[in-house]
Amino acid sequence: MLYGLKIATRYLTASKAQTALLVLGVAVGVFIFVFMSALIGGLAEFILSRTVGDISHITIEADDPDPPVLIQRDGHVLAVIERGRTRTATLPDAATYLPLIEKVPGVVAVSPQIGGAGFLARGAQVAQVSVTGLEPGRESAILNLRGYIVEGSERLGSGIVVLGETLADDLSLKLGQTLRLQSSIGASAVLTVGGIYSTGNGMIDASSVYVSLPTARTLFALPQGVTRIEIKLSDLNAADATARRIAALTGLDAVPWTDGAEQLMEALNAQAQTGYFLKTFALITIVIGVASALLLSTYRRRPEIGIMRAMGAGRGFVIFVFVTQGALVGLLGGLSGAALGYLALLPFPSRDAFEAGTLPMDITQGSYGLAITLTVIGAVLASILPARSAARVDPVTAIGQ
Amino acid sequence: MTALLAVSDLTKTFGSGEAETRVLRGLSLALAAGEMAALLGPSGSGKSTLLTILGTLMKPTSGRYTMLGQDLVAADDRALTEFRNRHIGFVFQFHNLLPDFTALENVVFPTAVREGRETAQARARGRDLLVRMGLEARVDFPSANLSGGQKQRVAVARALMNRPELVLADEPTGNLDRDSAMQVMDLIAEINREEGTTFLISTHDEKIAGLCRRQIVVGDGVVTG
Repeated sequence: MLYGLKIATRYLTASKAQTALLVLGVAVGVFIFVFMSALIGGLAEFILSRTVGDISHITIEADDPDPPVLIQRDGHVLAVIERGRTRTATLPDAATYLPLIEKVPGVVAVSPQIGGAGFLARGAQVAQVSVTGLEPGRESAILNLRGYIVEGSERLGSGIVVLGETLADDLSLKLGQTLRLQSSIGASAVLTVGGIYSTGNGMIDASSVYVSLPTARTLFALPQGVTRIEIKLSDLNAADATARRIAALTGLDAVPWTDGAEQLMEALNAQAQTGYFLKTFALITIVIGVASALLLSTYRRRPEIGIMRAMGAGRGFVIFVFVTQGALVGLLGGLSGAALGYLALLPFPSRDAFEAGTLPMDITQGSYGLAITLTVIGAVLASILPARSAARVDPVTAIGQ
Repeated sequence: MTALLAVSDLTKTFGSGEAETRVLRGLSLALAAGEMAALLGPSGSGKSTLLTILGTLMKPTSGRYTMLGQDLVAADDRALTEFRNRHIGFVFQFHNLLPDFTALENVVFPTAVREGRETAQARARGRDLLVRMGLEARVDFPSANLSGGQKQRVAVARALMNRPELVLADEPTGNLDRDSAMQVMDLIAEINREEGTTFLISTHDEKIAGLCRRQIVVGDGVVTG
């Protein structure tokens, strides 16, 4: 085998220009493969970070109790108390579960919250808002509030409210001004604007306000427990499995973000499929290029193959020589293409610094190892046909050429 | 002398129907170990076809061929390849060296391909053979840069590398000038004399044939003399 490797290497180095051109062709294919992987992966990352990056990856909410029903003995329903529009169910033992959930692998942040509806009033101006009570110190656990602050601070203390820029503009509110927040159950509190944020999401910026958890307890008359627990994961693709794990651990209904996000998942899948097609075409180009170049080499070296056969080289040896040439071309082209791809991706911002208007290339998703492996496999497969053709060379005819 | 090979009633037909050509028509021949024989005959008489069959590069249409007690008509490709590598050496008219390899690498090839690598022992034997051929200054020369006579001497060295019992030479001097031709023939005669290697040399040249102890004349597909 070592000797076959020597012959294969010698054949490749004997025609340096031709080999260089062949390796370059393979490298370009691998470069496209790596570039497409980084682009498709980066794009998916970008879309996900923009759509679900700031939302809870797993949410635990208490089940609302079934509404009371008055039923006659014969089964007729006499009266039903309709479920209220405002969510009233709570997770009274949330504090017990939090340490358990925090220890689940992949969980990066846990945020107990109290949520509800309310009205924000300043003078004669009133706006309907969604109120979220967050634990002080964990304000940015789910929504990156700190990153979106344009004025003031995200820190929620007693009597502090943080609200969106659009809402602040609508109510002509400035930092440090006071306002009245009335909850859906009628409790109210006078609060000071401690921070103004801008997420770029119109709905959030116009209607979400954040207060501290103790303030929310007062507003929604919840002396203990929370209405939901939001959980953030290091890998949002692991949400389904982690949600199942948390549900098994706590007995609570843990809902992953993917529930109800079918359209987004379909779009991402379609995008991934497009990437697979492009990468497959790149590989096919490599296979065709290697196969045609080696076929040409086989034809050119027919007399030499004939001599080798006459000197006692078996068909297996000839096949090995040509398949090894294919593998070497694949390996060299794969390594060069992957290196070129990596170098070309270096100038692009990292995945944590994706900006609108630039190509969201993710250098960590170049699939370098996969590209090299598939290229070597493809090149080996591509060389089988020429190798078999070489092994079938009739030494008598070939030597006579 | 003991018999090295024997062929009997050998026929070889190419093509079929109207294009059918019978090149060998029941040829029989025996060679003893240590012989140095010339194969003579006009073009188209079947000399090259006979050499090709004796070299196990082609199978006859019918007939028997045994060498060293082995039936080489019934053997499969793998067995023939191995047999050829161990027991038969070739010298072609146009040397047929591997152009991308040095003189030594060409000589060592038959052993290296069998052993899977170029051993130090094989390289030493290859070097000795090249020295014996008067090519000590050309051992590591790319074979493409050698002269015609030098290439043919490298080819002779390659044919002897595995110490074969039989060397088949098809017009080994046909492409050389007179001096180079005599140089190559002297080497062949020396090896035959000293090592007892059997040579069967196909040639049109009466003078070359005269250097051999036996002349076998082929005509119209059979041995005529």
